[in-house]
Amino acid sequence: MSDSIFDHDHHFPAVELPSDIPAELLRKAPLNLPNPAELEVLRHYTRLSQKNFSIDTQFYPLGSCTMKYNPRIAHTMASLSGFARLHPDTPAPAMQGLLQVLWELQEWLAAVTGMAAVSLTPAAGAQGELAGVAMIRAYHAARGDHERRKMLIPAAAHGTNPASAQMAGFAVVEIPNLVDGDLDMAFLDQHLGPDVAGIMLTNPSTLGVFERRIADIAARVHGAGGLLYYDGANLNAILGRVQPGQMGFDVMHLNLHKTFATPHGGGGPGAGAVAVQERLRPFLPLPMVTRSEEGALRWLDEGDLPQSIGRLSAHGGNVGVLLRAHAYLRRLGRVGVGRVSAYAALNANYLLKELQRVGYQAAFPERRASHEFILTVSDLQKATGIRALDVAKRLLDFGIHAPTIYFPQLVPECLLIEPTETESKATLDRFVAVMAQIRQEALAQPELLREAPHHLPVGRLDEALAARHLDVAAAQ
Amino acid sequence: MPYIPHDGLETAAMLAAVGVDSLDQLFDEIPPNLQVQDMALPEGLSEMALRRELEGRALSNAPLRCFAGGGAYAHHIPAIVWEIAGRGEFYSAYTPYQPEASQGTLQVVYEYQSFITRLTGLEVSNASLYDGASGLAEACLMALRIQGGQGDDKSILVPENLLPGWRRVLDSILGLQQIRLVTVPYDRVAGTLVLPAEAGDAAALIIPQSNALGLLESVDVLTDWAHGHGLLAIAVVNPLALALLKAPGDWGTQGADMAVGEGQPLGIPLTGGGPYFGFLACRKAYVRQLPGRLVAKTVDGQGRAGFCLTLQAREQHIRRGKATSNICTNQGLMVTAATIHMATLGGHGLQRTAVLCHERAVRLRELLTVVPGVRLPYGGPFFHEFVLRLPHAAVAVRDALLGHGLLAGLPLSDWGMGEAGDLLVCATELLDEADLLAYRDALTSVLETL
Amino acid sequence: MSKIPETLRYSDTHEWVEDLGGGRYRVGITDHAQELLGDLVYVEVPDIGKAIHGGEVCGVLESVKAAADLYAPVNGTVMERHDGLGDNPQWLNEDPYGQGWIMVVEADAAAWAGLLDAAAYAKLTES
Repeated sequence: MSDSIFDHDHHFPAVELPSDIPAELLRKAPLNLPNPAELEVLRHYTRLSQKNFSIDTQFYPLGSCTMKYNPRIAHTMASLSGFARLHPDTPAPAMQGLLQVLWELQEWLAAVTGMAAVSLTPAAGAQGELAGVAMIRAYHAARGDHERRKMLIPAAAHGTNPASAQMAGFAVVEIPNLVDGDLDMAFLDQHLGPDVAGIMLTNPSTLGVFERRIADIAARVHGAGGLLYYDGANLNAILGRVQPGQMGFDVMHLNLHKTFATPHGGGGPGAGAVAVQERLRPFLPLPMVTRSEEGALRWLDEGDLPQSIGRLSAHGGNVGVLLRAHAYLRRLGRVGVGRVSAYAALNANYLLKELQRVGYQAAFPERRASHEFILTVSDLQKATGIRALDVAKRLLDFGIHAPTIYFPQLVPECLLIEPTETESKATLDRFVAVMAQIRQEALAQPELLREAPHHLPVGRLDEALAARHLDVAAAQ
Repeated sequence: MPYIPHDGLETAAMLAAVGVDSLDQLFDEIPPNLQVQDMALPEGLSEMALRRELEGRALSNAPLRCFAGGGAYAHHIPAIVWEIAGRGEFYSAYTPYQPEASQGTLQVVYEYQSFITRLTGLEVSNASLYDGASGLAEACLMALRIQGGQGDDKSILVPENLLPGWRRVLDSILGLQQIRLVTVPYDRVAGTLVLPAEAGDAAALIIPQSNALGLLESVDVLTDWAHGHGLLAIAVVNPLALALLKAPGDWGTQGADMAVGEGQPLGIPLTGGGPYFGFLACRKAYVRQLPGRLVAKTVDGQGRAGFCLTLQAREQHIRRGKATSNICTNQGLMVTAATIHMATLGGHGLQRTAVLCHERAVRLRELLTVVPGVRLPYGGPFFHEFVLRLPHAAVAVRDALLGHGLLAGLPLSDWGMGEAGDLLVCATELLDEADLLAYRDALTSVLETL
Repeated sequence: MSKIPETLRYSDTHEWVEDLGGGRYRVGITDHAQELLGDLVYVEVPDIGKAIHGGEVCGVLESVKAAADLYAPVNGTVMERHDGLGDNPQWLNEDPYGQGWIMVVEADAAAWAGLLDAAAYAKLTES
């Protein structure tokens, strides 16, 4: 039975409530939250933390998540009292230090992406996508073009892409991928027209390979009057080497919690900064930081950017995350960013070769891996019924977090593996050895996989029961 | 090179295994004309040099005693909160998609969900949204789904005295789907909402408690009015205030349908505006329309209790274009900190803190009434924030008080609300009597010289 | 190999239809559909009296790993709904043609004729 915080409770006398607030506005039911002692809190949550896998403790090759080391100096800098105590409505002259950091980050992200302007405010990749497609919509509307209601999105795209497009009021048209991973160009040509606002792509694609015909795709979409949106989730593959702005993209988001090493925190916070070519600058979400000729920094507001798509949060975005990304970029510098993609590619291609050597099937064996690659275990499924899920669960027994499984859905029984550049050769070699052993087990002792994980606090959980009973809060 | 562990020998061995001669060759599928050699970035700094530079930037932000609120508040955060939340196992973990390897995060979120349901008096809470304002936008979308679809030209009733920064977010996010926002005016004398004349085709009424002026609304009357007209009632609340004020689940005869708000007061440092988190709770009947992640308790094959994400079919990674929301990454680390904060203070500590905040505000208000030229435009009940009406532009007074080491409040004119001399002042438990007297003295002095 | 009872007819969106006589038809999802979806946890069914249109979405089926649209196999009006599925969605998996029935609709005899027979549906699921 897991230890619950509700098991630690001590009695305290009731608190006297203020008499100047009318009784009918005060709490009726007493507040039923536990009162643990400080040491009980410390032990409870420390022990809980020890049940987690994390980058700090395990190799975490989750494809498309970029689980690289989160440098601790970034956390220390973001937590400095001079930043942490700042109220968001502090007048600009009293927080020039913070504004300087944010302004620099805007400039550096524009440089890295090859774009003209950056807004740091979206709180996550999905909110960045929403901002991006909203800007596309605003651009067409400003030109009097109200017919462009459709957004083209590959079937293999991350689920946030169609969800964001729908939230922005677009109808989604799914473009199929061909079996070799390429986009179906014939379908694209058929559907491009005056009712298409644009296309959402990522490059390298969600299939882990570089879309070589990107210049051609960009020309066709632009030719039909549409714009190109770049999902920056895979930027780690090309950081410091290729700029989305040069590939023909008009607008993009970055995932600072992937490419720029800010912590994943068990599910956030992220930051989804957006970058645009000059023609979309008027529509950027507010606020942004600007610098006068004399060097004074201030926030831009609605008066400065009357055509802005508006504000997506009450304040300036996830500033603490932005501080961390800034520190990371400042550590890397010009040379460091190029090394990120180089070693991300080296680690991915090395693993791809080694895993094939021990018998695994690559989804696209004749292609270079980008910063990630896909394996399929359909062969294991045919042999002994072992599925990608079973391989994933068995990896946990070896103290390695599973890769992404069943995404993209185009490849059956797939594992999407992204080692990142911060993992050593020794870690990768151990991973290969473990995967080799798991493969042997899959063929000779499949029940070891089917009943995995064996060595964790819990085994496979009854998710159907979870959904049927819906116990989502401790009973009172 | 920072954070890349490979030495020359390892690199060479790996290149050989891959069968290429150089790192550049790994990119041979990318057209050469797309590969750039240089970008306008500065040289990288050592950690030592970085520290020096950023410590300087941090120190250059003027240290100010904080009397500003408006949705973001300066509270004491016990040291234990970020000691634990900053542990690598919480800090660098991913979303708990492999539940067996994430029972720590999952149980923390379950406890968070439990705390929020008890604070709000509603049955179900999600695992967080980005912030209170975008959370409110999600709650509106949820209300429209429950009431019969956005395509049916329904609207949302939005109080004029909702924080204007939040209203702007509603305009930006809901405007994308052509959702009409109908403003409900407030009485300029009382500062509180006037009951709308009619509901029209609205799906929901937003009810802030407290409102942007710090004043308390008649939430029972407003909730019953909404229900009487077939609208859902969306409560917008400060979670710390809920330790003191009536829970949305007890508003009116049936209780509010949803409660949303900004979670920052629960152990999250101000940090210039974020990351914070939005909480969203609702009646159990609406759980399938709830956006964001949800953690449930269940058992494993051996009957051991455990936790996992549930109802994922609502979310973007399964439902894609038909998902309840596009949200993926949320505010996991902030929720972890907030949960530890609520546990550390306990129910008793949260109540005491809320009472202290209110007592400080009452005391400060009392002290300021006797400052020459200062008036108090609103007399009704309030929680920890109140409006001063000054004889000069509030912006000018606020700016002058910076020189006294005070962030004196928020000029309502920045929001297009109230009069030019209106300043929204906040007091929290961080302030002691000396701070309050210092404010009074500084204000007196500034008003004399302006 | 999934079960496909001979006495029933089928839509190409994996619903089955049973002729109850008197212009009434019982509807559910096929064995093939429940296999694809996995453990079902929820089904949303149209209200009694609601008109449904063949080929259009009329509800939602939710499993642990997927959500799928429930399509109306015929034009008609909903006469009965199986509310017991709310507490027992697993009947959809365990007994899709029996206890897992979803609704009864009133429809035209022509509608029945337009559906696939067991052999045609079997062919569809094989491909």
